[in-house]
Amino acid sequence: MMENAIAWIFIFPLFGAVACALVGMRQSKLCYPISGLSMLGATWAGAETLMQAVQSPVHEVSYILGGWTLDAFPRGVGIEFRADLLGALITLVVLGVGLIVSLYSKLPVREETPGKEPLFYVLFLLQITGLAGICLTGDAFNLYVLIEVAALTGYGLIAMGTNRAAAATFNYLILGTIGASLYLLGVGYLYIKTGTLNMVGVQQVIQANGLMDSPSMQVAFALIGLGILIKMAFFPFHAWLPNAYCNAPTTTSCLLAPLVTKVMIYVMIRMTLTVFGVEFSFESTLWSEFMPWLVVVAIVCAAVMALAQREIKRMLAYLIVAEVGYMVGGVWIYNYYGLIGSIFHIISDACMTLCLFLGAGLILRKAKTTHFDGLRGLFAKMPLTMIGFFVGGFSIIGLPPTCGFFSKWYLITGGMVSQRWEYLVVLMFSTMVMVVLFFRLIERIHLAVNEEGKNLGHGHGDLGLTEEQTRFDEGPLSMLIPLLLAASVVLVIGIYNQDVVNQIELFLEPFDLPKGTGRP
Amino acid sequence: MFEDGAIVNELLVERLNYFIYVVLLLIGLHAMISKRNLIKKLIGMSIFQTAIILFYVSIAVKEEATIPIYKAEHDPHGEVHHHPEKGGEEAEAHHGPVALKDEEIKQYANPLPHVLMLTAIVVGVATLGLALALTQRIYQGYGTIEEDELLTKIERADDRASQSPLKSNQSPSPKKAKGSATAKKATASPSRKSGSASQGKSAAKRKPAKRKPGSGGGKKA
Repeated sequence: MMENAIAWIFIFPLFGAVACALVGMRQSKLCYPISGLSMLGATWAGAETLMQAVQSPVHEVSYILGGWTLDAFPRGVGIEFRADLLGALITLVVLGVGLIVSLYSKLPVREETPGKEPLFYVLFLLQITGLAGICLTGDAFNLYVLIEVAALTGYGLIAMGTNRAAAATFNYLILGTIGASLYLLGVGYLYIKTGTLNMVGVQQVIQANGLMDSPSMQVAFALIGLGILIKMAFFPFHAWLPNAYCNAPTTTSCLLAPLVTKVMIYVMIRMTLTVFGVEFSFESTLWSEFMPWLVVVAIVCAAVMALAQREIKRMLAYLIVAEVGYMVGGVWIYNYYGLIGSIFHIISDACMTLCLFLGAGLILRKAKTTHFDGLRGLFAKMPLTMIGFFVGGFSIIGLPPTCGFFSKWYLITGGMVSQRWEYLVVLMFSTMVMVVLFFRLIERIHLAVNEEGKNLGHGHGDLGLTEEQTRFDEGPLSMLIPLLLAASVVLVIGIYNQDVVNQIELFLEPFDLPKGTGRP
Repeated sequence: MFEDGAIVNELLVERLNYFIYVVLLLIGLHAMISKRNLIKKLIGMSIFQTAIILFYVSIAVKEEATIPIYKAEHDPHGEVHHHPEKGGEEAEAHHGPVALKDEEIKQYANPLPHVLMLTAIVVGVATLGLALALTQRIYQGYGTIEEDELLTKIERADDRASQSPLKSNQSPSPKKAKGSATAKKATASPSRKSGSASQGKSAAKRKPAKRKPGSGGGKKA
């Protein structure tokens, strides 16, 4: 069982979903423990896989389905699961977030989608299966199928919300299908030129046949890149994201917001480094010339739009769009430190976004609104929730010792070393915007302002609020504990950042990335 | 003139299938993005996906090739058929897959793209089914599947939903009628003005229905 840990990652949630469907139709109360247990098992398998990848001499674990051998050149036949350090790390993040959200889901699922708990948990577990599969598959076409598995379950999860959610999901579905189809088209071109779909095999053929200047490969790269950019909600293609995440049920937005966009950035890194190779991606194409400028536009626009929002969830949705800009920028400044920052930021952004959305879910439950004006005096009412929420917020701003500080540190280092000053400036600008956003929230939550705009004082004295509104009234423990867990993960990753960075460095070592000012 | 002819020749004769796939792809994309009717968008989506399937199938085609099932002369199982009495271990040895020589491979179409497209077709069907279900829910919720009407209805609903809770305190308790600066803005915006009275009523009606548990949405003032 230990040596096949990588396969257990899929078996747990997949069969958990089947069990939910079978058992849940009779006993819907059993769905919550089933999903919790299968997530626990999957997280164990994910941790075990990561350990194996760290310990193995080549730093990767390979699992070939059906026992097809892949020794031939090119690695043509058979389907492979490959967990190198990057894939195993991101998988563990996906499974960890899934575990925390599945603990959190008990009350919100029962209250927001009554009578649909079994269906919800089936989709929930399949979503995790799809996302973990994206991170572990070693086959370009399987990646497409798993992207669609994750997307289809995601549509279902979001559409369980209000009617408004159904309308938002429709837009998401149209754009998501365009993105995934463009990716599929790109894979077709890749297959024409290389004759294999195995990711490492493609790289071998590109090296062996000298396909650096082939126009077909350029087309493949452009199509795949464009498809992934649409799926990850990069700025001009972000339109589907805010509405979908704001109107989804609480648990759905807690699961999808931290994971879906981050996993797509993982796919981008996988495609540029492993499949097309550093030389092709950064030197044969023009992407490293113009992408940093698109990133600048994306981050500025997303930050300004976040500033204009009056609701927590909507503001967080635009923050995600800005964060996507950070990570894409970290990849395309074409620098060793930028890529470390980008990969580390995937991990830390998943944790802090989780924190914020879990907190927003609790606020919505207690305050019955996520509008900024409804937050007055909330610190007196639910201090633990607010502490958890602001740990996430401080991490987004980038205050030490949260993990957001360290990942942003590497991104900024990358920008400086590669002399991409425009990226550096825009990172600073966006950090300022986030400071404004979160301290504006803190002000509202701690210092209440009465209707005339007069400051009524500090703490929970006379805030213009009634006794009832300031009474200690914390959210239920089954929701609060996951939030505090997520907040402590943010701090722990921040404190032990060097251990994470070491693994990322081990992953990046074989790739020939510029560490100095050398600019192509 | 001659060059133009060469391009037309290449597009319409030599690369006709690729030409058609690009045309279909663009038709589908156009329909998905610019059509106003949700069902028409979905038709566009189907065309879009079918174009990709056509592309994949056409890269598998070879001249004078047949379906990828062993021809009689290449069949490793053939001999076993002639001597069924042999059976046993010797027959077992023949059963594994046998690699064909390069010139023999040319006689068969490439099966892999077809297999890939079977999966893609399944994905397409699932997407279309889900999208149709969504369309039905949108129709039940808003009474229309025209995007323009849908957007105006959604905008109105969003305005109601996103207004400040300080503002919504006004209707139950007239004492707090002063309202904050943001609340004033919300009243002044043109979209709110149009029939704000009736909207306010329907919002008040809806709220207790939506929020089941707890204190029925009324902000304890």
